[in-house]
Amino acid sequence: MKSLAELEAIRQKTLNRINLRQEKEGEVTRVVIGMATCGIAAGARPVMLAFMDEISKRNLSHVTVSQTGCIGMCRLEPMVDVIVPGQEKVTYVHMTPEKVGRVVAEHIVNGRPVEEYTIGAAEK
Amino acid sequence: MRDLSLHILDLMQNSIRAKASVISLSVLLSEDGILSITIEDDGTGMSEELLSRVLSPFATTRTTRKVGLGIPMMAENCRLTGGDLRIESELGKGTRLIATLHTSSIDCLPLGDLPGTMTTLITTNPESPEFTLHCASPKGEMQFDTREVRAALQGVPLNEPEIAAWMMESLREEIEPIFGGVIL
Repeated sequence: MKSLAELEAIRQKTLNRINLRQEKEGEVTRVVIGMATCGIAAGARPVMLAFMDEISKRNLSHVTVSQTGCIGMCRLEPMVDVIVPGQEKVTYVHMTPEKVGRVVAEHIVNGRPVEEYTIGAAEK
Repeated sequence: MRDLSLHILDLMQNSIRAKASVISLSVLLSEDGILSITIEDDGTGMSEELLSRVLSPFATTRTTRKVGLGIPMMAENCRLTGGDLRIESELGKGTRLIATLHTSSIDCLPLGDLPGTMTTLITTNPESPEFTLHCASPKGEMQFDTREVRAALQGVPLNEPEIAAWMMESLREEIEPIFGGVIL
């Protein structure tokens, strides 16, 4: 790994943000992506990478991205749960990297879920 | 699945579910165009009974659905090229999956975004397991180990977005010259 040295610079940069997050322990927003065979085949990986990219661009210190398995609704994959503390969990379905920008901007940053992408809208 | 890197992402989820502490992936392309993908873990392993039916699409350990397509789909893609998929496993020791593909076959899937697969696995499983990657072809080789990254980061979690971006970029830089033009 030739660029291991670059990591030191990145490490310094992220330290502040991590401290900030520890102070706001109870305020962390979680993004959970379905990453079983069905999710992966439907395109979960680019969606997950788009979330990482968007979070990095906006420098959001209070957001973490994690994965889960199949929850049995394979036809709706890629599925993403956004869990904002103190609010009800919102499940987005048929996600694409293009939709990620709006979910981050409107839901995670501004607190208004993107109704038309949710499971409620898809199952009507 | 559109490419092999997506299959690899899927198959490595099995190792994660088997509570592995180290998962090693190697992707080797030989002079005569044979691609071997090996995933090795030190997870719970499988009983002989489970191992004997794991290639069937109707074998799964999950409860949310009755089919498990990850392994059978990959096995089929290997066979289409004239290659095969083998699994060795021992309860309590771990599992090794070896997929062989002939890249000269028109049915051979492209390798795809291997850096994306590794970055996805690592950032969604930042604490454990550890991942190692070894890529080699007649054009060169590379090694990657999350333990080295972890040591360099001194406590900064591996799922920080900047770290993920670094990982993606540095893996791409190292993997492309090895497989670029052949199967990427």
